[in-house]
Amino acid sequence: MEYFLQLFFGGLSRGSVYALIALGYTMVYGIIELINFAHGEIYMIGAFMGLIVAGVLTTLGWPVLSILAIALVVSVLYSAAYGYTVEKIAYKPLRSAPRLAPLISAIGMSILLQNYIMLAQTPDFLPFPRLIPELAFMDAVSNYLGTSDLFIIATSLVVMIALTFFIKFTRMGKAMRATAQNRKMAMLVGVNVDQVISVTFIIGSSLAAVGGVLIAAHVGQINFAIGFLAGIKAFTAAVLGGIGSIPGAVLGGLVLGWAESFATGYISSDYEDVFAFLLLVVILIFRPAGLLGKQRAQKV
Amino acid sequence: MLELKHIDAFYGNIQALRDVNIKVGEGEIITLIGANGAGKTTTLMTICGLVPPRNGQVLFQGQSLSGVSPDKVVARGICQVPEGRLIFPDLTVQENLDMGAFLRIDKAGIKTDLDQVFGLFPILLERRGQLGGTLSGGEQQMLAISRALMARPKLLLLDEPSLGLAPLIIRQIFAIIKQINSESNTTIFLVEQNANQALKAAHRGYVMENGRITLEDSCDKLLANDEVKKAYLGL
Repeated sequence: MEYFLQLFFGGLSRGSVYALIALGYTMVYGIIELINFAHGEIYMIGAFMGLIVAGVLTTLGWPVLSILAIALVVSVLYSAAYGYTVEKIAYKPLRSAPRLAPLISAIGMSILLQNYIMLAQTPDFLPFPRLIPELAFMDAVSNYLGTSDLFIIATSLVVMIALTFFIKFTRMGKAMRATAQNRKMAMLVGVNVDQVISVTFIIGSSLAAVGGVLIAAHVGQINFAIGFLAGIKAFTAAVLGGIGSIPGAVLGGLVLGWAESFATGYISSDYEDVFAFLLLVVILIFRPAGLLGKQRAQKV
Repeated sequence: MLELKHIDAFYGNIQALRDVNIKVGEGEIITLIGANGAGKTTTLMTICGLVPPRNGQVLFQGQSLSGVSPDKVVARGICQVPEGRLIFPDLTVQENLDMGAFLRIDKAGIKTDLDQVFGLFPILLERRGQLGGTLSGGEQQMLAISRALMARPKLLLLDEPSLGLAPLIIRQIFAIIKQINSESNTTIFLVEQNANQALKAAHRGYVMENGRITLEDSCDKLLANDEVKKAYLGL
């Protein structure tokens, strides 16, 4: 039972990070129907920014929790600026081009950012400081739930609840939903669609940065290529849940996290990715639009 | 109030509008009738800034709308009820109406207008919490008109409001269009294929063929015009 719980919480924390990244894919797709392949790199850049901040503040001897908080804030701002800029440079000029063009541009952006970080930083793995302290009250459950897992789960939960409130109740949130449902009509009621798209990229990138810093602090090392696999996994999670659907991205992330965790734990870690993608294929066979995606017939 | 001067508009290389001149005076109901593909919807798109004209000018209250983005056109007081209604399917009826008032900040005024549209279309009050996509065609048309009214427009553009609706609902919609015009002095520019109803509701009319305005007159005269009778009224 303890082993099961260990895998359950491991999968939950892994899945939460997938969900954080998947939200960025799904929100962007919902608004401009683009798979933003550079999104994984934004996550990686968030982790690097976290490392830089943590490095500086650690030498200054700050307490770890305050370092974590500052690293999170700085990474979020930095990645948000990156996401905003990438959209302006690589996607906005192609808005009325055929759909393949921005997709290729996204892949180009991804390769560009990866190589830029490799050259600017290093191709090697860098150790990431342990920013999440072991908490005493966690001793009782530490056999199956580590403090960093708890931290990741709790932070993701808070961020996702905040996002839900933003989307559901704020003026900008409503404008985002309206734009996703019908861009032309959103313009006709006075929504500045360029602004909505920018906000979407900023939010998506911020979430990815949170995921990047949390997972880096958990795993303990990063390099320039971590965005690739994380990006692919999160994209899978988004498709699994139904791309364009926000609850779908969260559900997809969790399902994927658990599938990997249990496959690793009960079968073999060699099969981690096999099960993750097998699950994707099986779910798409029976639900082509994803778990929570919908195909609605239009009334005419 | 609104003036289209020598408008030419293109989709790629295909010319959709040729030297279109239309004038809409304050407080008028103007209708633009014509067959499928004549360029009626394009005319509205040109006004809204979604299809910028290649030549010519759109003037609204004396100011040019060239280069003004669609959201800024709405801010100036022009609101469109587009063809096919384009309800936001996954927003509730209430949220659809909120989106109509997207650019407004006068909470009290929004509340008054909300009560007013619920007065015009009581069914929307009943369906308030329902998703827009679950409404019937007629209800969606009512919602689309209400959503536009929530912007409290100076000029309301209506694109084929009768499309696909039952005759009884069509009559109701046209009655409400007249009511909106007379009660709140909203200027209305009505695009229709249903020439008979449109000419009965409007003050003046324009007839469009292949992207050109071919006739322009008061609606009484257009209703009596032999060509119009033959081509659009089926008489």
